[in-house]
Amino acid sequence: MSERVKFFPGREVSAEAFQSGSVLLTEYSTDLKYSWASGVAISKFLNELKNGKIVGRKCNRCDRILVPPRMFCEECFRLTDSWIYTKDTGTVNTYSIAYVGTDASRLKEPLYIAVINIDGASPGMGFLHLLNEIKSEKEIKVGMKVRAVWKEQSERTGSILDIKYFKPL
Amino acid sequence: MPANQQVAIVGVGASKFNTVTSGLSYKEMMFDAAVKAYADAGLDPRTDIGSFICCAEDFWDGNSITDEYMPDQLGAKLRPLFTVSGDGLLGIAHAYMHILAGVADIVAVESHSKLSDVVSKKEIINLGYDPVFGRLPHVDPRYLAGLEMRRYLEESGNTHEECAEVVVKNRGNALRNERAVYGAKVSTKDVLESEEIASPLTKLEESQPADGSVVVVLASRRRARKISDRPIWISGISWFSDTPNAEEMDFGQARYALHSSIKAYKMARVTNPSKQIDFAEVDDTYSYKELQHIEALGLAKHAGKFVSSGKGDPDGVLPVNVSGGSLGMGYFIEATPLIKVYEAVLQLRGMSGKNQLPNPKRCVVQSWRGIPTQSGVTAILSR
Repeated sequence: MSERVKFFPGREVSAEAFQSGSVLLTEYSTDLKYSWASGVAISKFLNELKNGKIVGRKCNRCDRILVPPRMFCEECFRLTDSWIYTKDTGTVNTYSIAYVGTDASRLKEPLYIAVINIDGASPGMGFLHLLNEIKSEKEIKVGMKVRAVWKEQSERTGSILDIKYFKPL
Repeated sequence: MPANQQVAIVGVGASKFNTVTSGLSYKEMMFDAAVKAYADAGLDPRTDIGSFICCAEDFWDGNSITDEYMPDQLGAKLRPLFTVSGDGLLGIAHAYMHILAGVADIVAVESHSKLSDVVSKKEIINLGYDPVFGRLPHVDPRYLAGLEMRRYLEESGNTHEECAEVVVKNRGNALRNERAVYGAKVSTKDVLESEEIASPLTKLEESQPADGSVVVVLASRRRARKISDRPIWISGISWFSDTPNAEEMDFGQARYALHSSIKAYKMARVTNPSKQIDFAEVDDTYSYKELQHIEALGLAKHAGKFVSSGKGDPDGVLPVNVSGGSLGMGYFIEATPLIKVYEAVLQLRGMSGKNQLPNPKRCVVQSWRGIPTQSGVTAILSR
């Protein structure tokens, strides 16, 4: 109740009422499956990750190099023109150290999550990934140079996780 | 009788429709439709379009925030865009309101289906049912179409054979439409003898999934006259929701189509639809739905006889689903009615190809949101 509302008609529901089944709930769970076609641009990107390479697309009008690649330039609204390979190094745009798991538990090993601008791509282009081989949390800085650490070729599947993580350069 | 000419369609574009589009991502497919629509309108989306509207349902796209993933491929980056969780015609209604309210002079509406990406189609339909009463375990949710069909045939006096005639007509029409992917020559016997999904509904009486994206560009009267030498006017548009509860549905008539059409006809100053409408693109997700909708829209009193006597054929008095409809073109979830709009615009412009009707001036396009809904939109398009 509050300052204004001193009394409200009705009966408070307790946790026991739910546990004993005197208050009924309708429960339902679902399991939805999708199988998204990656398309021309992302298929090429994922296939090249398998080869240990990062590929982007160049738009000849705005001269930007888009990573991950797109078959169309969202600024100029036209088809992009060519494939461009970039380096596998980059700069930390921003980072966060994630301490909490999906079940609200504290992670024993916190995750270093970063947005990485890839060298050779246009400003603001790159992708979200993990940092590792960090000696101390204080070592991580915005603007830090990093390099991709790849899985062994035989273990790569054409996934963004073919790059295991980025480490300080 | 001059048509209501406040908002017009000035550009349309569509991706290539197909049963499966595994080579393109949904974004690449949408870009394809958008480029064509803007070229058709002669507009640059980066500078000329004031509002973008996507019609998509999150469950079908597999993202709980579909709108966030829409702008880039529509030329809408850093531009006003929102998603309507409804069918493509509802997006046209929003565009109409944006223009009349002065929010924007030119609006783009998009809707798409990438059903080939969706594995759990039946479960998504099931999630539309009431969790207490509707979600029967271990049964395909299309049982509701069987329930509706039986009661509708009982009340209307239409027959199952006449429902099968709808399939014969629409899949036959699709053979003359190069954009349709389910064109076929089938007989009423084929339809009636195909496997039963939920009696009386059979397999061939259900439209089959397809992929595609459509973009429609609309403009105010003033801008439309400058942009286009062949604007197609939205002379009337209205929408209604009935009930999703099977116990309360009026299976005998499609009340959402009846009531939305009454309002849409009034806006369009149509007083005698069966005389004043030149052709109709109505929802035909299932065979019987076309009959139910023909009656609700006032196009014929006894839709079964109307269809079986050939009055709804391309050379009949009032062609219905000359495009092939969903039975002939495929079922595109929320994009289904926008594809009907696309086909109607081509007809009204005289650009439809082999299935072009002679000189049509006014048509009705109508949507239904699928089981278990009783919701839909009716629009009158004219030139």
